[in-house]
Parts: sequence; C-alpha cells; structure tokens
Amino acid sequence: MNGNGHHPQQPAAADPADPVDVWDQRVARGLAFLRRRFAGAYEVDEFGFDRELNDAVFQPMLRVLYHDWFRTEVYGIENVPADGGALVVANHSGTLALDALMLGVAIRDQHPGERHLRLLGADLVFRVPVVSELARKSGATVACNPDAERLMSTGELVGVFPEGFKGIGKRFADRYKLQRFGRGGFVSAALRTGTPIVPVAIVGAEEIYPILADIKPLARLLGMPYFPITPTFPWLGPLGLVPLPSKWLIQFCPPIPTEHLTDLADDPMVVYNLADQVRETIQATLLELLEKRPDPFGL
Amino acid sequence: MTSPPSVVVVTGVSRYLGARVAARLAADSRIDRVVGLDPHEPPTALRELLADVELIRADARAASGALADLGAEAVVHLAVTSAPDGQHGRAAMKEQNVIGTMQLLAAAQAAPRLRKIVVRSSTAAYGASFRDPGVFTEDTEPRAVPRGSFARDILDIEGYVRGFRRRRPEASATVLRFAPFISSTADTTLTRYFAQPVVPTVLGRDARLQFVHVDDALEILHRSVIEEHPGTYNVAGAGILTLSQAIRRAGRISVPLPEGTLSTLAGVARNVGVGQIGLDQIDLFVHGRVVDTTRLVSEFGFTPRSTAEAFDDFIKGHANGSSITADRLAAAEGAILDGIRRVRAGASAGGERR
Repeated sequence: MNGNGHHPQQPAAADPADPVDVWDQRVARGLAFLRRRFAGAYEVDEFGFDRELNDAVFQPMLRVLYHDWFRTEVYGIENVPADGGALVVANHSGTLALDALMLGVAIRDQHPGERHLRLLGADLVFRVPVVSELARKSGATVACNPDAERLMSTGELVGVFPEGFKGIGKRFADRYKLQRFGRGGFVSAALRTGTPIVPVAIVGAEEIYPILADIKPLARLLGMPYFPITPTFPWLGPLGLVPLPSKWLIQFCPPIPTEHLTDLADDPMVVYNLADQVRETIQATLLELLEKRPDPFGL
Repeated sequence: MTSPPSVVVVTGVSRYLGARVAARLAADSRIDRVVGLDPHEPPTALRELLADVELIRADARAASGALADLGAEAVVHLAVTSAPDGQHGRAAMKEQNVIGTMQLLAAAQAAPRLRKIVVRSSTAAYGASFRDPGVFTEDTEPRAVPRGSFARDILDIEGYVRGFRRRRPEASATVLRFAPFISSTADTTLTRYFAQPVVPTVLGRDARLQFVHVDDALEILHRSVIEEHPGTYNVAGAGILTLSQAIRRAGRISVPLPEGTLSTLAGVARNVGVGQIGLDQIDLFVHGRVVDTTRLVSEFGFTPRSTAEAFDDFIKGHANGSSITADRLAAAEGAILDGIRRVRAGASAGGERR
C-alpha cells in the first residue's frame, strides 16, 4: 500500500465509518469530559443533581446491573407522563435500595422522553458521608414535603417508596407483602401540587439479599434500621454484598389524576383513601407479576 | 407609598458593608441626613467613602439617646459580624451581635419618629440538620439549634426583631437573610478560604453553596431603606455551586479531610491565629445551604446575579493563587489529544509499512 497517491484528507472524508476516526472522536470526547470535570465547568441543579455525571458515569454502571445481572423487563412505560410532574410510587424491598436505582434506569432507558427520576430518600441516606453526595448527584433529595412539592411543581418526575425501611428491611418470609404506607405524606404532596400519581410494582428485588433474620440489638448499636442476616452476609464478608441474580419485572400502572383534589390536600380521609388505593393497586399488580415469573432466578 | 425616611442611622460603618451602605444612602438626594453609629474608628481606606456621613463613635448602648435625639426615622443594622476577629475573640463578637442588637432594637422601639428598621441577617438562620429540605424558603424553621456561633447569634438577632415587630407593629421591619458575600474584592472568612492555593474540605461531603455578590447586596439594602419592603427575605444568587465545583472553578486544589480531623485542625489553627474556619463553616461544608429567592425577586423587582456569576467575579480578582486554571486544562487536553493522535498515527503508519 502506498499513501502518496491521494490527498491526506481524503480517506476520512470518503469513509466516515473508518474505525480510526471513531476512536479519535471517543478519545476527544473523553478528554473534553475530563477537562470539564476538572475545571468545574458543568451545571448542578439546586438539589445537587449533576446531569452530566449521571449520564456519563452512574447510568452506564447501573445499566450493567439492570440488563445483564437482573435481566429487567418493563411493562406499561406509557403510563409515565411524557412531560410535566408526576409522582412514581413503588414497593420497596431488597435490603439495599437497589430497586430505587433500577427504577431510575428503567425510566431513563425505556421512556421515550428519557426522563430522569428524582428519588426521595430517607434522611439516613444523607447522614452517611459519600453516600449522601452520590445520592444528591444522582438527583435524590431528602424525603420531605417541601422538596417533593418543589420538584413536582417544576415538572420533575419524583420517585417515592412509602414503605421506607419497613419495606427493604422485611424478612424474606414476608416477601411481596406490602408494609404500611405511613401517614401518606406523599399523597398530600401530590394533591397540593395537583400531580398525577403513577403506582409501580417491582418484582425481583426481594430475592437479591433474602433477609433470614434481623439482629435488632446489633442494628441499634450501629445506628442502623436493621442488621440483616442473609445466606451470604455477613458470612462471606464483602462478597455478601453481591446481589443474587434474580429476574426483575417492573410494571407501571395507569396514572391516578389528582388535579380535582387540590383543595382536599389537608383532608386526612381523602389522603388516607388515596394512599390506600395506591397501595391496593401496587399489591394487586405485584401478585399479577409474580404469576408471570414462576421462577425467581429464571431467564 | 410612603416617602423615603429623611434621617437614617446606619450601624457598623467601620466595616466594608456598613460604610458602603452609608455612603450610598448619603449620596441619595431623597435622604437628608445619614448618621453612622460605630464604636470603632473606620479604617483610613473607608474614611474617604464616609465623607458625607456623620459619624458617632459610640456602641449600641449609647444608641438609645442618639436615636431619639437625631429624630431617626430608619435604622439600618449592619453591625453583625460573621466571625470572631483575632484581637477581641468570640466574647466581643457575641457582645456586638447579640447584646448590640438587643440594645439597638430597644432604643429603636423607644424612638418616637422611627418607622423602619432594616436588619442584616444570614441564611445561617436555617441551621444545619440532615433532615433539612434541600431548598429553604423564608418560612422554613430551623430543626435544631446550630453549632456555629454566628448561626446562634443570627437566631438571637432574629428573635429580637420578632420582639420589635410585636411591640412596634406600625413600624416596618425588613430582615435580609444574606447568603455568604462574594466579589472580586470582598474579604470574608469564605473568600479567604477560597483564596488559599490548597483548600481543606470535608471528606465524603460536597456541600451545595450559594453566594450573593456584594454589589447586589448593597442594592437590596439601599432599596430596603428607600422603598417599603417589610418582611423577611432570602438574598442569594440563583443556582448553586458545589464546594468541589467552586474549588475547581477557582483553580484551587482541595484536600478532603474527615470531618473530625478538619474540626480539630481548624480549632488548632484558630488558636494559633491562622485560618478562621469555625463550626459555622464546617456545618456549611457538611450540610450545604440553598435558599429560594422567589419572594425577594417578586417583592424588590430585582434579581441578584447568579451564584456562578458572582463566583466568577471572585475568581477574576484572585487568579494568582490558582494552579489548575481552565486555560492550563485546555492546553493539557490539547497536548494529550495530539500525543495520542501522533502515537496512533505512528503505530498505523508502522503497521501499513509492514
């Protein structure tokens, strides 16, 4: 081969799919990303959400878990509004709140608008160094009505798990039995802003770290809501943190409109009934999904 | 609409903010008389600024007579310090902030012609707790008494203003909760912190910060005196910078230390008289602090420049301490990219020759 015959620019222009140039672009993009990160030249919203970091680093890592490890299937993504605020309410399970992260990936990946899910987390999440900042950068904030209402009224998609620690800390024997929904604070936040509520059922997270026992005194000593004993933790040490590869199904249910109830946000009966309706919907959907998935670890 | 007050008393004129506010009020033809009240002599740098301001060298204790004698119609209380200074320490800071405010407001309450007070407060009034909402509105109550001395003083000061409002309901009281001040020339604990070439931070925390540009703060203070804006307002630049982002933009190098270590080191440094990082700053670096300014913007019809813009102005004034500038990073990016291209071109040329 000799390259003397043609103009140096020609090969690139003639063949845009030339692998050499694809790699050149990738390297340039990667370096530009690093330069922006080191120079602080990126935008962070008032809750600390770092969109660029999320799309470039967090989502690709979580996607591996979502696709290859849990083989997640999503139903009813069309029930998530194309734009504007919505409150996504899901069941909570799995010892570590991986279900919240997977729900975020599901919406980002499957929704035509590639929407970001803004999670509401327990204050414990924000007490722990490093974890608190990862949570904020990935778009989460403390679960409280002012933040929830602020996010929803600015048109964000907000994700909440009303069961809280009662959900993720329950024993394997109680799997797929919804726990109490608290006082329904999430419902009053949605009512006050007239935001639709989208109930979601997540099947699969219960099997990732099955809790056989909960050592309460040790949990109290460590200031944790529970101290789980699973088939692998604490016996295998850090290896016990590898989640079991269960098969995940996520079903989004039709949105429940709340605009007509805005005046009733302080009526405890309305709030309670709506919370109960959401809870019943999720519980019924969970049972349907479980029938679709006879083997928790099947393909 | 009521007319601007004719006699205005400004406290804390021996300091940058007070001197600027007093000078600007004195230059405003709608105001007849501006009196600066301060126990300290203004430094020579500010003396020129205060040419048209009558100065009374007295502390707040003497204010009771002065306010009535002068026939003061408005009091602008800026004698609030955010950090103990090296000579006088925390006791003097508390004396000035808390006792000073108490005495000044007692005097204001008794002054017959007084119809307006404007008080400098701080977003530190929201305290610092892990259960705090991400964004504070003026109605948010602090969840716990803060650890920092400045934050505690601020809560006391606002308590005295509440008392004043109760006892003088016909007078208008404006409380301005300022985010930390910043500008190319401002000299505060935080600007000195960001001006260091190497900046200690809290390991595992990346606080969300907001700043307000000093010039915008002056504008808001001026409008509070000239116009009628009773109530409490957050004053901050829109948007946020995280601490790590701010340090990177300023081209500084951050050294993350565990919270306990940082507290200890900062305490030792304070005792030796270097550095001024106190519990106020550590709480800020752990929890961050972001406020909503909707009420300010709609009431004053003025939008302060954003936090990022205000910080850019600071960077411009402090370029000499930076090591990792945007230009150097861009140059490094170009050099690495060129290097990789050259190596790969060499490799593929070698491959083709074979």
